[in-house]
Amino acid sequence: MMPRTHAIGPPRRHEDAKTVLSKTSFVLSCLRGVRYHAAIAVSFAVVAVAVLDAQQVTFDRLLHADREPQNWLTYSGSLFGHRYSPLTQITPANVKNLELQWVFQTRGPAEPTEKFEATPLVVDGVMYTTLAPNHVVALDAATGRMFWMYSPRLSPLARVCCGRVNRGLAILGETLFMGTIDGHLIAIDAKIGKPIWDVAVSRPELGYSLTVAPLVIKDKVIIGPAGGEYGIRGFIAAFDAKTGNEAWRFNTVPGPGEAGHDSWPAGSDAWQHGGGSIWVTGSYDPDLNLLYFGTGNPGPDWNADPRPGANLYTDSVVALNPETGALKWHYQFTPNDEFDYDSTQVPVLADIEWQGRPRKVMLWANRNGFWYVLDRATGEFLRGKPFVRVNWAEGIDEKGVPKRVLNATPEGTLVYPNNQGATNWYSPSYSPRVGYFYIPSWMDTYSTYTKGAVEYKEGNQYVGRFPTMTVPALRTGPGNVNTRTPQEGWGAIQAFDARTGELKWQFKMSDVTDSGVLATASDLVFAGGREGYFFALDARSGAQLWKGSVGGQVSAGPMSYAVNGRQYVAIAAGSALFVYALRQ
Amino acid sequence: MVRVIGFVLIAAAVAAAQEHSYTQADIENGARLYQSSCAGCHGPNGDMVPGIELQRGQFRRATTDTEIMRIIQSGIPGTTMPPSSFTDPQAGSIVAYLRTASPSGGGRGGAVTIAGGNPGNGRAIFDGKGRCATCHRVNGVGPRLAPDLSEIGTIRPAAELQQKLLDPNTTIRPGNRYIELTLKSGARTSGRLLNQDTFTIQLLDVNERLVSVSRSDLREMVFVKDSAMPSYRDALSRDELADVVAYLVTLKGYRP
Repeated sequence: MMPRTHAIGPPRRHEDAKTVLSKTSFVLSCLRGVRYHAAIAVSFAVVAVAVLDAQQVTFDRLLHADREPQNWLTYSGSLFGHRYSPLTQITPANVKNLELQWVFQTRGPAEPTEKFEATPLVVDGVMYTTLAPNHVVALDAATGRMFWMYSPRLSPLARVCCGRVNRGLAILGETLFMGTIDGHLIAIDAKIGKPIWDVAVSRPELGYSLTVAPLVIKDKVIIGPAGGEYGIRGFIAAFDAKTGNEAWRFNTVPGPGEAGHDSWPAGSDAWQHGGGSIWVTGSYDPDLNLLYFGTGNPGPDWNADPRPGANLYTDSVVALNPETGALKWHYQFTPNDEFDYDSTQVPVLADIEWQGRPRKVMLWANRNGFWYVLDRATGEFLRGKPFVRVNWAEGIDEKGVPKRVLNATPEGTLVYPNNQGATNWYSPSYSPRVGYFYIPSWMDTYSTYTKGAVEYKEGNQYVGRFPTMTVPALRTGPGNVNTRTPQEGWGAIQAFDARTGELKWQFKMSDVTDSGVLATASDLVFAGGREGYFFALDARSGAQLWKGSVGGQVSAGPMSYAVNGRQYVAIAAGSALFVYALRQ
Repeated sequence: MVRVIGFVLIAAAVAAAQEHSYTQADIENGARLYQSSCAGCHGPNGDMVPGIELQRGQFRRATTDTEIMRIIQSGIPGTTMPPSSFTDPQAGSIVAYLRTASPSGGGRGGAVTIAGGNPGNGRAIFDGKGRCATCHRVNGVGPRLAPDLSEIGTIRPAAELQQKLLDPNTTIRPGNRYIELTLKSGARTSGRLLNQDTFTIQLLDVNERLVSVSRSDLREMVFVKDSAMPSYRDALSRDELADVVAYLVTLKGYRP
């Protein structure tokens, strides 16, 4: 029986080439060494433009990515941050027949922390992805064979806390956009892998680095810097996609005269090193015309003495006007954080029934151990419940403020969840079909926070004393060694009913996971973990339906695409990209 | 004022590094000797041995022309750099080639000196009379099938650019080869070869699409022998050629 297929796949490229070729046979004459004439040159330009228009990835295509399920056009697959594929060829019934189709080996990390964190884009049969730290490749999505590779020279001044990583690209028109660890934003021609413009966004020697996959909204490329461990002052900035000119900049730590500055101590320069980094891609609601980004921890991480106050807009979600960068609303998950609870998660925008009527909400599983439902038009707090063991706060009050009971102390404070958090940058997923919100969760983890001296020095880490953890923050070796008891931490993929908040199921793993989650329209959920497995679960029951060994930790989000009617699922693991499809 | 001083300092540094003025013949000879005797290990761009970038003036053990000549002739004992039988003039011509290829050793200044061209005029010819821009792409503008020239001044020495303008078929580099494919279905396509293996072929086709073809679908693949580029030997005057070269060596890309 033929598997059920969507009307998917780009045009068959051979036939296409043939059709167009008849119109352009004169171009061939160029290739055969015929001298150029003005007439040929003019015709060439006209035809080239006509063909290229059909291939342009317009913003309208990004907005309506669900209309072309064969493609994966943004980091999360949609501007709503769902990481959900409408493809249905791979089903709970046939997923057991998944088979490895191809592997793309990077040259391997120069250091173990150079994890492969990127989610690829797929546009009409061509896959684009990044390899740590900042190599870009274009691959044939059906075979994994390479079209081109682009490797910018990077400044030796770049400094990153936790690995020279990159999480991926954005595309608009025929241009790819990548942030670099030395603080540049580069526009790259998607056809030939050559830079079109290259702008310095921030200063690498001060610890500003760009690791996030940029987000394209209308004609602008939105990005912000990582560097929350270096005393940076964070921002979200928009650049004109054509020219690279900066259009606006929103400071995630407001300066004197800006709203929110009074959440920092008066008469102190603490705000200048206040953190609020940006390192996970945001989301966008076209009806509200609001852009959402989560922000990182305040600086210094583990000692709040230099910065009494709420420390806006760290550990927050901010809703901005994409034309101007003006703040519409904000919600702060963890005021005056001392536990490194970055709110650098993908904002998941869902339209659900809330107390009997439809409501535009935002689902947010936070590093601090609570998962939230916010009204995304206003920022109103609707619900916040723990999804792992939490002891630093006794719940959240009706206004959305956590009822905090613990702080870092000189003698040490034991805190659940641990410093890496209940979840982290790993993408959650939302299935609008099932109505479940899927979270990669770190269960029963804890850290001891001991307050230590801290002093800002340019380019040095500005953190305080490192907390202790039973679970390694980063798996740095190639093998899998886990000798912990379950009380010392374990991992899970959890499914919550977005409407009721009820835990529907959880898939337990003996180790934690740095993997994102992908849900599909045939009610499958894909994820992986540190143990080096990639697996498929039933989206409704959590039952394990298939697993493959990828031999290295998964530190990236899965995605799905199709070429010529065949559905593929891709996952980066270790230092390679693995691509699966049904056995033929 | 600061910029003026900076310029003077750079000019002085260039002059010091160059030591000699090189003739066009030296450079062309050196290019040939380099490609036949040195490129095997050092690579066509002089950057294949880690830590050494010959065309960017980055040497491990030499700074002056004389020191480089001595290494070319005597090799470096205990390393894979062998001695050679090059005469002084031959070794000198290789140095001339490397120095004019090098941005830090006068790639820009040196080329202008040799050719005496005006980059502004060169750009006008590139976009206008020479019609170079109808096929070549620079900084994101122009078609993609011909080689992108955005950083050509960093990766090719002036002498080689001049030679290419005069005689396009002398060297067609592996990344700039064109193919014509006939599929078993009868369909035909063509374009710039990007990659090939035992089972597949990747190309940028005439419609600027990235296309991968399975060899099992293929009837015939033909390499296009001649460059699609015309010779400008008669089409442009000597001064105009010098101007175009002078313009091309200013194209350094974004991260030279």
